[in-house]
Amino acid sequence: MVLVFAESVNGKFKKAAFEAVTYGYQTAQLMGLSCAALVLGKAADAGELGKYGAAKVHHLANDQLNNLDSQVYAAVIAAAVEQLGAQVVVLSHTSTGKSILGRLAVRLDAGSVPGANALPTYTDGVFAVSKPVFSGKAFAHIAITSPVKLVSIMGNSLPPAIVGDAVAVTPLEVPVPASRIKIISVSRIEGTTPLPEAELVVSAGRGMKGPENWGIIEELAKELGATTACSRPVSDVGWRPHHEHVGQTGITVRPNLYIAAGISGAIQHLAGVNSSKTIVVINKDPEAPFFKAADYGVVGDLFEVVPRLTEAIRKHKQHA
Amino acid sequence: MKLLVCVSKTPDTTTKITFNGDKTQLDTTGIQYIMNPYDEWYALVRAIELQEAEGGSVTIINVGGAENDSIIRKGLAIGADAAVRIDTESGSSLDVAKQIAAYAKDQGFDIVFFGKETIDYNGSEVGAMVAELLEMPFISYASKLEMNGDAATINRDIEGGTEVIEVATPFAVSAAKGMAEQRIPNMKGIMTAKRKPLEVLAPVATTDFTHVVSYEMPSAKSAVKLIDPENMDELVRLLSEEAKVL
Ligand SMILES: Cc1cc2nc3c(=O)[nH]c(=O)nc-3n(C[C@H](O)[C@H](O)[C@H](O)COP(=O)(O)OP(=O)(O)OC[C@H]3O[C@@H](n4cnc5c(N)ncnc54)[C@H](O)[C@@H]3O)c2cc1C
Ligand SMILES: Nc1ncnc2c1ncn2[C@@H]1O[C@H](COP(=O)(O)O)[C@@H](O)[C@H]1O
Repeated sequence: MVLVFAESVNGKFKKAAFEAVTYGYQTAQLMGLSCAALVLGKAADAGELGKYGAAKVHHLANDQLNNLDSQVYAAVIAAAVEQLGAQVVVLSHTSTGKSILGRLAVRLDAGSVPGANALPTYTDGVFAVSKPVFSGKAFAHIAITSPVKLVSIMGNSLPPAIVGDAVAVTPLEVPVPASRIKIISVSRIEGTTPLPEAELVVSAGRGMKGPENWGIIEELAKELGATTACSRPVSDVGWRPHHEHVGQTGITVRPNLYIAAGISGAIQHLAGVNSSKTIVVINKDPEAPFFKAADYGVVGDLFEVVPRLTEAIRKHKQHA
Repeated sequence: MKLLVCVSKTPDTTTKITFNGDKTQLDTTGIQYIMNPYDEWYALVRAIELQEAEGGSVTIINVGGAENDSIIRKGLAIGADAAVRIDTESGSSLDVAKQIAAYAKDQGFDIVFFGKETIDYNGSEVGAMVAELLEMPFISYASKLEMNGDAATINRDIEGGTEVIEVATPFAVSAAKGMAEQRIPNMKGIMTAKRKPLEVLAPVATTDFTHVVSYEMPSAKSAVKLIDPENMDELVRLLSEEAKVL
């Protein structure tokens, strides 16, 4: 069986959870196995995961599991894997999944691939899965040889697909160890999609000249329903908040669309964005290295081009 | 406080990456190696700051061959007190973690520091593995860590927000941007680093459950399509009809 740990936040599933179940379902099909989902803590509609291919949904609704303690989660998930006899375990490669994967590898004495970007291959009984390495400069195809195989998948690796109906939820009973950490507070920026999950991103760099000019970027983002990002020097000097900084030392994003205005495209910046499906670069310098990594390029003054693009999108939406 | 910082080496980001003929190994000719930035800038510097404020010692540990000694010496020059290298060409993350845990098990470290991830493997899993092996709580992606007595208050980066967590020693933590400011080793640091102890230990036996079948380069991007800056309607049309992202 392929067991998918479906993450929920405040009782709601994130897109990552649906992607993970879709991934688990397709992996199960490939291997001739069934797919089940595991839900921990508060979760309103756990049975909905059936729509994405989970034949069974196992739910442990213990309040202690509403927030992550990787030690507790790993103990519970490992117990579930053993109780249910799972051969493959799928997690999301999120701040939660990443904190658990390594612990599960130890508990289950199993091989793991963190941050897979595609479905596994399964030929002649060899299970292998690929992941980006060297900050997106290459991919490694990695075989896992242990009886239990652990994979965490990158966001936006495959679109969630509805294949069936909601299923009944089966309560799970495994011991929940006491937590040794205390969560004082959890704060999330409301309203916008967090960068690691965003499908559309509008990003800007030093070419903006100063923080007072960011209005045109915010308007473009608003028109698109995109999340805003920035290059590192921009957050270093405080023009933009740190949580917008993408790149090797900041956040890694892989949206469907990444629009970069006034960013030169240094390799450390590209490391965080080069897995984006479509890249649009707006830069007045035709020699800017970013154009080499771009799908569409606009050589021009961003102060003219960006408002024009916003207007064109507005028009497009009216026609659609 | 007794602090352990796990440091790894990685090719410099600007290095061009190529693979050997059968594409199962990195071609290391001409590669410039550096200390993994998250380990150096954030984990190591925060550990040194805590040692400066509260006393105790900072030990760095690396799992790898003798060619890593220059990176370890740099860590000593930045301010660590002692270093340990487990002498093995490490295979999987699990192997690395087992080596670190075998060393750390009986040493009574209060905090074990990691970088949030290596910039070559991008695994983000060794920290969690060591924490599990040592049966410690693990706080990942810490952007701030303050001690008050035996307890630490840690800010943990999550998607679009922050968690504030309290945890008592011993624990493991992985460091992200914000935790500290990069320190450049000075002349005195470099000189004293030469006299600081660097212990080389034999590895424990482990089993690998993963191996690289092959490496691949991403398919080459087709040349950029340039759009007339006066004609953003055309860009929107392409994004909608060709790229299908709108
Ligand atoms: C170890 C290390 C890690 C790093 N990590 C990161 C990271 O995570 N993320 C990151 O972003 N950087 C990172 N950097 C920094 C990186 O090397 C670059 O310095 C940085 O990305 C440059 O930012 P920028 O493109 O905004 O600015 P610049 O390089 O100054 O580029 C500004 C661009 O704007 C264009 N421009 C100016 N005016 C206009 C206009 N009116 N219209 C259109 N275009 C205009 C210019 O032609 C230029 O190309 C790192 C560096 C190091 C050494
Ligand atoms: N060979 C190694 N020796 C010592 N520490 C390591 C080694 N590899 C990884 N680490 C530590 O584990 C962290 C996470 O690595 P990774 O799981 O590869 O992303 C790194 O930032 C280091 O702190």
